Amino acid sequence: MWTWFHKLGSPPWMYRISGRILAILLPLTVLMLAVGAVWGLLYAPMDFKQGNSFRIIYFHVPASVVALAGYYVMAIAGAVSLIWRMKMAEVAMKCAAPVGAALTFLSLLSGAIWGKPTWGTYWVWDARITSMLILFFLYLGVMALYQAYENKEAAGKACAVLSLVGMVNIPIIYKSVDWWYSLHQPATIKFTEESAMHSSMLQPLLLMILAFYCLFTCALLLNMRSELLRRGAGTGWVRSLVGAH
Amino acid sequence: MSVPQLSVSAFLRASLKRQLLLAYRRPADTLNPLLFFLLVVTLFPLGIGPEPAQLAEFAPGILWIVALLASLMAAEGMFRQDYEDGSLEQLLLSPQPLYLASLTYTAAHWLVTGLPLTLLSPLFATMLQLPVAALPVLILSMLLGTAVLSLVGSIGAALTVSLKRGGMLISLIIVPLYIPVLIFAAGAVRFAAEGFDPAPQLLLLAGMLSLAVALAPFAISAGLRISVDAG
Amino acid sequence: MSSAQPAAASALVTVRELGLERGGRLLLDNLDLDIAGHELVLIEGPNGSGKTTLLRSLAGLSRLGLTGSITRHCDELLYLGHRAGIKQLLTPRENLAWACRSQGWDAGAIDSALERVGLSGRADVFCQHLSAGQQRRVNLARLYLSFDAGRENALWLLDEPFTAIDRDGVAALAATMAEQVARGGAVVLTSHQDLPLDIPLRRLVLGGGA
Repeated sequence: MWTWFHKLGSPPWMYRISGRILAILLPLTVLMLAVGAVWGLLYAPMDFKQGNSFRIIYFHVPASVVALAGYYVMAIAGAVSLIWRMKMAEVAMKCAAPVGAALTFLSLLSGAIWGKPTWGTYWVWDARITSMLILFFLYLGVMALYQAYENKEAAGKACAVLSLVGMVNIPIIYKSVDWWYSLHQPATIKFTEESAMHSSMLQPLLLMILAFYCLFTCALLLNMRSELLRRGAGTGWVRSLVGAH
Repeated sequence: MSVPQLSVSAFLRASLKRQLLLAYRRPADTLNPLLFFLLVVTLFPLGIGPEPAQLAEFAPGILWIVALLASLMAAEGMFRQDYEDGSLEQLLLSPQPLYLASLTYTAAHWLVTGLPLTLLSPLFATMLQLPVAALPVLILSMLLGTAVLSLVGSIGAALTVSLKRGGMLISLIIVPLYIPVLIFAAGAVRFAAEGFDPAPQLLLLAGMLSLAVALAPFAISAGLRISVDAG
Repeated sequence: MSSAQPAAASALVTVRELGLERGGRLLLDNLDLDIAGHELVLIEGPNGSGKTTLLRSLAGLSRLGLTGSITRHCDELLYLGHRAGIKQLLTPRENLAWACRSQGWDAGAIDSALERVGLSGRADVFCQHLSAGQQRRVNLARLYLSFDAGRENALWLLDEPFTAIDRDGVAALAATMAEQVARGGAVVLTSHQDLPLDIPLRRLVLGGGA
């Protein structure tokens, strides 16, 4: 157990292993995304109320789900870096933030594109979209705090604390936004009913969610690898790596 | 080894007294957020029109948004002086528990910002035509809500105090965390104004306050240690 | 790094394999250090060699860029740094009363401490009306308060304590340090001035910045 933990903390080991994982995971992700997209966009049945425009949920929902999970990944990595002073966890936390923010942005963008044919407007203060917007701000806050510190070790610690505070707050934020929406909601269409979806629509959605999880992992690992190289510039293992190529 | 005998409660009383004395000797820090509150409340009728019915409808939201901004403004400077003059260093070195010391900082901050805002809020509410029946709920929501704002704001202040441009940053990191308070507190006042029972929202605010009192000091202490180290 | 000594039983602070990196430079590498009671340690080195950072690390204020371990076994820790730690809007007496409260010192000793730093007449003036040198002396009064508290195993960490202090003040301060060391405390300090002291001095020379 401890040797494993120590290996995880070693940049050259992590760099090597992540390379091997990516060699498998990256093609798999592309394949799943392609299959899921074709299945969802072409073969899944059309929604009788919303027509073809509903198909954007095959991007919107996975992006939203994984963006939220990404925040937890970031916060837990932050906690590990604080408690066990593990540098690798700090790298993971720092690298998860932009990936999560990008997915949140994708979720907001796809929500806006979906909104136009559905409600006739690009922006609706719907509960989920509002929560995603707040999540986006939470990510931006962590990234801005990291940038603001000149000492990057201090930046990592400060961001770990902030993301933990955010993690405690996220359920409260989501609940409060849900309540706020139910309070103000005019009687219009409610489409957040995945549970009522027909299985022929649901299956490609589940595949896409899985694909987005893999996508997140790939992007995180790639980001971490470049961060490891940046931090390790001038050290032996990076030199030998550069020399080897 | 003889461990120094220190009374924690005496230390906490002294810490609170010291903070309040400093606030008393620098009254502008206390008055400015209140003036800001008044000023922004004045802007709303000018911006959206003076019709009483319309103002009354927006009053809960306006009051709470402005209270939130005033609290944010006050939070930014919370640890600034103590950081710059080295008092924070000495506080970290003191054998007293930092968890409790950060609670007294927050308590003092609330006593000079949140409490006056709460006490003045009926006046501003009346100017915004909020029904009189909603005033008790407004005061209660302010009491609970501004305390949460002070605790959460202290986290942001602790994390950004060593940064040169902390002012903008603290808004960016803290405002999203303020949102549940805004929603439930403004919701409670709105419920009261419309004649519904606001108890659930007030209880939720009380729950958030207990959670914040229990957890925020950990984050504040950690933030202060990082900031003193990074400076 | 010089003058590492074998671990003493009564070490007030134990440093093992201390490495310190700041701004991509290695200031300390693999430093082992034991500071025991009865020791006066002068940290020397050019600007930027990490003197202040080492003192702050010993105090527990600085952890960034640090590897290795620092363990303190002292009952009393006094750190006087560049920042005075006094409030401009409080009087010297109020400032010191707070210091007593947070450190558990005897507040009855405030008057004599103020007298020893030559501020008896200014005890109730807001610190913002005092000169820079006088403000430094308010800070130094802490040292006398710690001395009067008379705790065993006291560790004093003093960063440039003689800055902006007149010659008599320096002599008095040095005498107090000598007394503190004589009765079993440890004093670690940085100074650009020569110490007017005839007690054995342990020198720790940092060379990272040279």
